[in-house]
Amino acid sequence: MEYILIFISAIFVNNIVLSQFLGICPFLGVSKKIDTSLGMSAAVAFVLTLATIVTWLVQKYVLDAFGLQYLQTIAFILVIASLVQLVEIVLKKVSPALYQALGIFLPLITTNCAVLGVAILVIQKDYNLLQSVVYAFSTAIGFGLALTVFAGMREQLELVKIPKGMQGMAIVMLSAGLLSLAFMGFSGVDGGLKNLFGL
Amino acid sequence: MNAIQIIKNGIVKENPTFVLMLGMCPTLATTTSAMNGMSMGLATMAVLICTNLVISCLKSVTPDKVRIPVFIVVIAAFVTILQMVIKAYLPDVDASLGLFIPLIVVNCIILGRAEAFAAKNSPIASLFDGIGIGLGFTLGLTLLGMCRELLGSGSIFGLTLLPETFNILLFVLPPGAFITLGFLIAIVNKIKK
Repeated sequence: MEYILIFISAIFVNNIVLSQFLGICPFLGVSKKIDTSLGMSAAVAFVLTLATIVTWLVQKYVLDAFGLQYLQTIAFILVIASLVQLVEIVLKKVSPALYQALGIFLPLITTNCAVLGVAILVIQKDYNLLQSVVYAFSTAIGFGLALTVFAGMREQLELVKIPKGMQGMAIVMLSAGLLSLAFMGFSGVDGGLKNLFGL
Repeated sequence: MNAIQIIKNGIVKENPTFVLMLGMCPTLATTTSAMNGMSMGLATMAVLICTNLVISCLKSVTPDKVRIPVFIVVIAAFVTILQMVIKAYLPDVDASLGLFIPLIVVNCIILGRAEAFAAKNSPIASLFDGIGIGLGFTLGLTLLGMCRELLGSGSIFGLTLLPETFNILLFVLPPGAFITLGFLIAIVNKIKK
């Protein structure tokens, strides 16, 4: 039950992009077409989950074990950067088709603050490994959902006439604001579920 | 380019918030009030000045192939130092910015300036570029924070200007960040034309 709560809360209530503002760069950058946004979401889901597992293990068995917590930022960013490189190399060898689909998005993920953000958040929340994995994966789904819905909105925006000053990023920001407003409708759902499950 | 030109370039021509649109995560997340926006801007500026200076000094000894990892380690080191300083001396700032202090590491402005400016220019020019871009970022964040604070809680820097009945809570909440920034960008676009 606890895991269902983490899952729903990470996707809808505390959506990583629309209410926590992590991963805004890819959210604004690769949301022009639904196809590319789906590719990006898949790549993020894969790397985010993997990176959270690895950084969680690094934190517990290296940093905590040797009292090196102050190196957290450096250690995590290096782990994430090398992990992304590794995933890229492995994917190129093992599954060229998947590499074709996700390849161009992978280098972008290193600077996606959602990955580092989630890695630090699960440590701050003191989650165990399974909770961290569930949290990371559902966060990635929340990211994918926001990105894909937003890409749909932007495809529609292409078809309408927009006042000159509003063109470009201005209208994109306003649409993102409206989407974020829609997601605010979910606030309180986690509290209700908590009561329902009796947690 | 002299120092004043470089600084002006960072504030006006290449303003990170309104022109380059870099570092959007902290821009949207930490501008719930003018004070928070300004603290985030100054924290980023401190890191940017240090990394620009160090990376520019190291540019002749950094092999081209590993330059990105080198940049990231330098940035992460300065962010860690900043994180410790803020935790020790400014606990209020630490509480309000929280997660976004370690996330300065992945702020694209810092890596972007390292790659685009510091790796090609002299240390002194890079130092001024850090000041310019840092000021531009701080200004953008403070402006956004002021608008959101005024509309959302009727005050600027904690100084109450509007009675409570005029407060629109929405502007302090996440959607308000997107909407306010959208309108500010539109205004900047209009002024530029």
